[in-house]
Amino acid sequence: MSETTAKVRKSLARRYRQEKRFQAYGILSIGVGLLALLILFTDIIGKGHSAFFEHYIQLEISLDRDVLGVDDASDDEQLNYANFGGVIKEALRERFPGVDDRQQQRQLYALVSSGASYNLRDELKADPSLLGGTRNLWLLADDDVDLYLKTPEKKRPEARLGDQQKQWIEDLEAAGDTEKRFNASFFSHGDSREPELAGIGSAIVGSFFTMIVTLCLSFPIGVAAAIYLEEFAPRNKFTDFIEVNINNLAAVPSIIFGLLGLAIFINLFGLPRSVPLLGGLVLTLMTLPTIIITSRAAIKTVPPSVREGALALGASKMQVVLHHVLPLALPGMLTGSIIGMAQALGETAPLLLIGMVAFIVDIPGGPTDPATVLPVQIYLWADSPEQSFVAMTSAAIMVLLAFLITMNTLAVVLRKRLERRW
Amino acid sequence: MKFQMKATLVGAAAAVALASAPATAIARDTISIVGSSTVYPFATTVAERFGRSGNPTPKIESTGSGGGLKLFCQGIGTENPDITNASRRMKASEFEMCQKNGVKEITEVVVGYDGIVIANSVEGEKVDLSKRDIFLALGKEVPDPKGGEKLVPNPYKTWNEVNSDLPNTKIEVLGPPPTSGTRDAFNELAIEGGCKTFDWIAAIKKEDKSKYKSICRSIREDGAYVEAGENDNLIVQKLGSNPQALGVFGYSFLDQNRGKVQAATIEGVEPQMETIASGDYPVSRSLFFYVKKAHVGVVPGIEGYIKEFTSERAWGPDGYLVDKGMIPLPDDMRAKMAKQAQSLKSMTGKEL
Repeated sequence: MSETTAKVRKSLARRYRQEKRFQAYGILSIGVGLLALLILFTDIIGKGHSAFFEHYIQLEISLDRDVLGVDDASDDEQLNYANFGGVIKEALRERFPGVDDRQQQRQLYALVSSGASYNLRDELKADPSLLGGTRNLWLLADDDVDLYLKTPEKKRPEARLGDQQKQWIEDLEAAGDTEKRFNASFFSHGDSREPELAGIGSAIVGSFFTMIVTLCLSFPIGVAAAIYLEEFAPRNKFTDFIEVNINNLAAVPSIIFGLLGLAIFINLFGLPRSVPLLGGLVLTLMTLPTIIITSRAAIKTVPPSVREGALALGASKMQVVLHHVLPLALPGMLTGSIIGMAQALGETAPLLLIGMVAFIVDIPGGPTDPATVLPVQIYLWADSPEQSFVAMTSAAIMVLLAFLITMNTLAVVLRKRLERRW
Repeated sequence: MKFQMKATLVGAAAAVALASAPATAIARDTISIVGSSTVYPFATTVAERFGRSGNPTPKIESTGSGGGLKLFCQGIGTENPDITNASRRMKASEFEMCQKNGVKEITEVVVGYDGIVIANSVEGEKVDLSKRDIFLALGKEVPDPKGGEKLVPNPYKTWNEVNSDLPNTKIEVLGPPPTSGTRDAFNELAIEGGCKTFDWIAAIKKEDKSKYKSICRSIREDGAYVEAGENDNLIVQKLGSNPQALGVFGYSFLDQNRGKVQAATIEGVEPQMETIASGDYPVSRSLFFYVKKAHVGVVPGIEGYIKEFTSERAWGPDGYLVDKGMIPLPDDMRAKMAKQAQSLKSMTGKEL
């Protein structure tokens, strides 16, 4: 055995150990990352899953013409001013007779959501023949009642309700007059001060318009800039300067773009505050560097032989770019854009400064209507005093995460599908 | 090449300008409201009810009192807000700024009160604090415990060192950061309130106002006071996991989280709706909103919104704002305010 071989033999075990340890570090890092993700998800899902359901209370309601003040249920005008609150109060008094004290009555009326009268109106509108009759109807419960019914038995004594109210709810529950249903209004309603009526509908529509504006501006501008810089621009100090600045912009904290938006778009151009158009413009500034950088990287992966081949066959520079480079680089560009858009979708900081942190009930009808976006809605709810908003906040986070996961998965799938290996 | 680059830039600028041009001309039919995050839950409740009765729902931004007044005073015109909420009164300097920018006629409306509570988890011991205790426990510099008129960096570590009647637990208070209006009010009413009880410190005010302010409005930074962010909900949640800590937040959060947290009595007074409204509870403040009169009639619905806010069913003792934790004004004051608000009485600037 030569001396070298002996040396190698001796160190072999140590080197194997070293490699094992090195791999173990890597696995450990991934493990830590996954654990953090798991904790985050368990916490959010644990807190938020209950918000996807809400409780209804069944009451026997007599839609009395006199109490309602309606004689024709097909007349919308009359329905809008009808006293639905009155019939609900009457139904509650009948369900729990003997509540005469004014304070107690107030507590009793608080069991049903203030939005229940709108449910009732819609119900009557859909079926005018109900007028004058008595029906068992399911009404939306107040958020405190909902929360009480969702808390496990042994934690109930701590709830924020009077003893009398708890008794009433227990009675209703025992009689089978409470029901848990899927909370569809969570997806269709706008914001509300009443947690049981609040939803992410207007925030999703606001996010949608904002993203459309961002995509329509940042994708063409970003791709055009990338093509010019990569294919046409001469290599000189000026283009180096631009490159440094683009990389720099990608690292600038997003709140700076908000300040820029405030100074330029609002103060200089006089755009209205809180509209998706403005949000989209600001987020365009933010995502542009990301799109330019990824698009340039995508163009770089197109082998020079493709360009040279086309040039050799007599194509002009522009034909080379449009017919060969762009189609080949497009999957990479799309992936980059989707990742950039996902980033923009989750962004709150720049929007704080341009007035999108706003209470928006009505669902925006276009990019120039006041709107808010999903992450901002989360921020607003996280700051609301009502306990039910804790669950709503987590539920909204789950929806946002679902969107982000979808977009990122789409990016990966697109890359896998369309990518060409050389 | 350079020319091409320039063309791209010009093109981009033109695109932006084009996108912005039509938007400027849009007349607004929704009321725009900005201002305090403390008033936000109440204003949004009113806005929502107002919107349900067939009007476009007003848009409300939570910008903080100072930020709201700044936006409000920027000028007349639909790009500026119509109403701003504030958890403190407009300052004379802000009124001047408004005047300078052409916002001449402003109506001030006091809507109710908010109390600032000091609370701990229900699992902890209920405490009674005096303003002096609060100052001694949280002030940055406090009078030397050995006596004499000398200030030393706050030496207290436990509550019973501050006052032997208090429990022997570590001083740990979670509260809002300096950017918050709640913190301003807490500093002014609780810390300064306790600070003033030392006659020799109160005497400094006459000689050197800024020195007095720096003594009486500074909170210690050695970890006993933990800045827990603007989010009062977070403070409530943290108190649940740490029964020894106290938290500082608005009354509405106490109201919504009874069963989780209990309030400390201050000077023996329990923070309750009645005690805050009567002024017996020492750490309370008024809530306001300001209306730009020039916009009334231009932006539809402002009068209706004011009417809804100042109606008995909203801000009365049985109103829906009380359910949200606002403390109503006394009856006579409410009647006076409602009249003043609905007739849009302008401020003169002298009342500030």
